[in-house]
Amino acid sequence: MHSIPGRRIILALYLIFLLLPIYWLVNMSFKTNAEIVSTMTLWPHQPTLENYRTIFTDESWYSGYINSLKYVVINTVLSISFALPAAYAFSRYRFLGDKHLFFWLLSNRMAPAAVYALPFFNLYSAINLFDTPWAVALAHCLFNVPLAVWILEGFVSGVPKEIDETAFLDGYSFPKFFVKILMPLIASGIGVAAFFCFMFSWVELLLARTLTSVNAKPISAVMTRTVSAAGMDWGLLAAAGVLTIIPGALVIWFVRNYIARGFALGRV
Amino acid sequence: MDKTVNQKAWFLVLPVFAIVAFSAILPLMTVVNYSVQDTFGNNQFFWNGVGWFKELLDPSSDLGERFFASLARNLAFSAIILAIEVPLGIVVALAMPRHGWTVALCLVIMALPLLIPWNVVGTIWQIFGRPDIGLLGYSLNGLGIDYNYVSNAFDAWATVVVMDVWHWTSLVALLCYAGLKSIPDAYYQAAQIDGASRWAVFTAIQLPKMHRVLLIAVLLRFMDSFMIYTEPFVVTGGGPGNSTTFVSIELVKIALGQFDLGKAAALSIVYNLIIIIVCWVFYTVMTHAGADRDNNPGSA
Repeated sequence: MHSIPGRRIILALYLIFLLLPIYWLVNMSFKTNAEIVSTMTLWPHQPTLENYRTIFTDESWYSGYINSLKYVVINTVLSISFALPAAYAFSRYRFLGDKHLFFWLLSNRMAPAAVYALPFFNLYSAINLFDTPWAVALAHCLFNVPLAVWILEGFVSGVPKEIDETAFLDGYSFPKFFVKILMPLIASGIGVAAFFCFMFSWVELLLARTLTSVNAKPISAVMTRTVSAAGMDWGLLAAAGVLTIIPGALVIWFVRNYIARGFALGRV
Repeated sequence: MDKTVNQKAWFLVLPVFAIVAFSAILPLMTVVNYSVQDTFGNNQFFWNGVGWFKELLDPSSDLGERFFASLARNLAFSAIILAIEVPLGIVVALAMPRHGWTVALCLVIMALPLLIPWNVVGTIWQIFGRPDIGLLGYSLNGLGIDYNYVSNAFDAWATVVVMDVWHWTSLVALLCYAGLKSIPDAYYQAAQIDGASRWAVFTAIQLPKMHRVLLIAVLLRFMDSFMIYTEPFVVTGGGPGNSTTFVSIELVKIALGQFDLGKAAALSIVYNLIIIIVCWVFYTVMTHAGADRDNNPGSA
């Protein structure tokens, strides 16, 4: 009664459609360039780890990963710690301009990164943060903080108000109530919000590329190096691509039980 | 939930306000500043009033022509992917298993494309679609279909659309799945007793329950497709010709490629205004839908 006829076939086809391009990338990353260019093979006939070895031994490659992870982590921590109190306020109180403020926050989540690329470049150059992970982390706050507020507000609203009142009657101060009672209650919500901040900061390229040049260059920008005078180094490009999928896959595995609710932004 | 009026709540919101204002209002002021000035280089600016806006909104000028062309392409793109992704996402959500270990497996596989950096998404499809080394391009050409996304505008569009469907349909599906999961079994049992058809169950129970999440899905998908940049840029570079140059790609070309600050700023402001208006419409519809539900808890 719940599902539809032929659901297994539909689902199988869809999952194959999702996995096939990823398989092709993985497949190519284990091939030599000679094999990629000369023949069409469905799996690597002469499997090689050479592409991965290049990435893990060349500093300009692996530092790209470290740089990316740096700003993603900074951004996630910043976004969550700023958003938590605000989410509580939006969920529990009415105050002057609350609806407009919430809408304004939301509209920033939708703002096109292309609009901000140039002004951010000027702004972060002016305050000497250009080419540091902090510049990218702060820039990504533009869309991640509103998103975190939005998600967390949904989860805080799921906590009955009586719990707050009881805690205050029991003599809890506000900060103590917040850390000791509220945060454990919405732990899954915090996890989901962190997941989304991680996700949107990890996948964004335009701002990350514009705000860095050498020292903080993210992996996605390093990947463009594979185009050289000798043509594309497809194997290396594929290997670098595979390595960018892995952190995401790991994070998904940890939050898999909350993904569905998280994607509904805590509002089901 | 009834909320109490408390102006002190502003203190809790202040940090968020400060950090978003820093990232949003300051740069926007720069943009407004650029949009009304012109320069001959050397950091010397002079007042140009609404000149750039006039040029931008005049389809007979070069800038206006480029703007309207990319806007039309972008709207067509958003319409196409919404028309594909929303129904497909609903179907996939309905096809999801409800219990057992397969649920976690499906969820993880479906979420995978969402966590791939956008330029890597572009790279994946760039490789996958190439006629010489990509499985898709090779097979299509093997089947006798002349497919080449680099030289043929239709193929380029098809590739970008399929890529977006691959990338984002799971978001719609996961949202719908979350909505479906919140339906108590009792509803289905009641439907069974009434002898309701499969279609009736869908229109009377499942669709109303998915209403809110679907609104979020359409909003997110519209916005993200309206400001799409990285994926088509990596695959087609906006070409062949200008056939896949969307608004963001055009904007970055003008701003960072030609360094035409005034034109880029005027375009940015109009672009942002469109987004804010659409966002406001959705937000109003969403809050009204929420208010209706709160007022008649029985009907939801």
